[in-house]
Amino acid sequence: MGVGDPFGMAITHAHASGMGGVRTAGDLVARVQMSRGLKTEAAKKYVAEKLGVDVIDLVNEEVMTEVRRELDLGLVYALPGCARGLEAKRNIARTLEIPVNCLRRLGRGE
Amino acid sequence: MCSLLEPHPPLGGGGCREKERRCGRVLKKYYVRMGDGYLDQMTREEIKAELEAGTADASDKGKIPPLGEEEILQLLEIMTAEAKFVSVERGNEIILTTDGVVVTSDDEPSAGIPVCRSTGVEIWERIVCADTAELGNWDYSYKAVKAVVHSEQQVMQRILYNTVLPVFYGAMPNLGLYTQPDGPVPNPAELLPQGKISEARACQEEAMEYATRDMVYVAGLLYEAGADGINFDTTGAAGDADFLATLRAVEILKEKYPDVPIMVGMAGEVLLGMHGELYYKGVRLAGLQPHEQAAVVQSAGATIFGPAINTRTNQSFPWNLARALTYAKACVEAVDIPVHANVGMGVGGVPMSEIPAPDAVSRVSKAMAEIGRLDGL
Repeated sequence: MGVGDPFGMAITHAHASGMGGVRTAGDLVARVQMSRGLKTEAAKKYVAEKLGVDVIDLVNEEVMTEVRRELDLGLVYALPGCARGLEAKRNIARTLEIPVNCLRRLGRGE
Repeated sequence: MCSLLEPHPPLGGGGCREKERRCGRVLKKYYVRMGDGYLDQMTREEIKAELEAGTADASDKGKIPPLGEEEILQLLEIMTAEAKFVSVERGNEIILTTDGVVVTSDDEPSAGIPVCRSTGVEIWERIVCADTAELGNWDYSYKAVKAVVHSEQQVMQRILYNTVLPVFYGAMPNLGLYTQPDGPVPNPAELLPQGKISEARACQEEAMEYATRDMVYVAGLLYEAGADGINFDTTGAAGDADFLATLRAVEILKEKYPDVPIMVGMAGEVLLGMHGELYYKGVRLAGLQPHEQAAVVQSAGATIFGPAINTRTNQSFPWNLARALTYAKACVEAVDIPVHANVGMGVGGVPMSEIPAPDAVSRVSKAMAEIGRLDGL
């Protein structure tokens, strides 16, 4: 937080210490942290267990691309036939067993 | 201001230069930033002295433990790494949260790229590959957003249809906007010099009511539009009343929407006592240090706390980072909720310069994750 400054500030943090967002499992760990109030280490363990991967592989692009494709959790690139947006978030909510607010609020059910 | 043409004024830890002159050999020097972004060089011993002085300053002022010898040596390794850009070791990654959309021309702070905010968030998700995103208005205050909240809801919904990552809605509590000439309440800054202390306090209390109401209204509507979380950014900018108004908003929102994730990020290091007599659950707010602010924010029901430790421009980058780390580490130890430190321009050890230097910023990132054991930035 507090890294919304432009000109390379946020991207430096994203790549020096960030988890990689939708390219890996960064968005998933963030969602678990937000919805369950877990510290990052605990949130990583939770996500790894739900996805059936080792914690170390949560930031492994090669493994996570396969996992995300298999579970249809949304990919960083727009592959035809793969879930995007709300559809991907519905799959994330089911897989991680967490509430995703927009699914409730935008009428797609949990 | 950073000057590339003139040498930076000498700092305190210059003992090695004298030693170098006396022994007649040249000690290896490392590139090191100053608090204003100026690029200088220091020996390993000079850098270590700066780290020790920085953590001692935080320990003294915050009444918190300094970094241990092992942590200082770990930080010294990060500082003296030959690589220009450093990163965490595999497995030590943490979550990145932000404030604002960053890339668009209609957002604050602006990079001026002519794309709308919803496109900006998609770029953020798939080009920057950050872990979370935020939607914010260019007029980044809850009061200002109140008048256009319906369009903010529309933008939020459009973003949520097209993205996968969690999206916060963020703005500032900004109590100053409720005082004249910008708002309805007489200005405490004008009353205080006249000696009207009780009147100034009453004005701040009235402003707090308006601010809490606006925060609950706007944040509630954005959460109902589907936002994954709410960010109260630069909380406490107008002092203890600003902070208390936010804590009350957090309480009300959590009662109304028990699942809402709320992030409370601070404006500065020590909470200013502009009112001086405000308490939250028995804790006097004026003068609270970052780790004490963390405990209060947790007790209000917030999900994530963001400390802001100020960078001193007249000190070195190692001094500032060691100091910021000492405070950040104390926050992590003080609460059970995740801690995401503010590490933007001029806070968290990051030098105060408009154009950030990745050599310094990446070292802040690594140190906060691996030594501070933070949950995110």
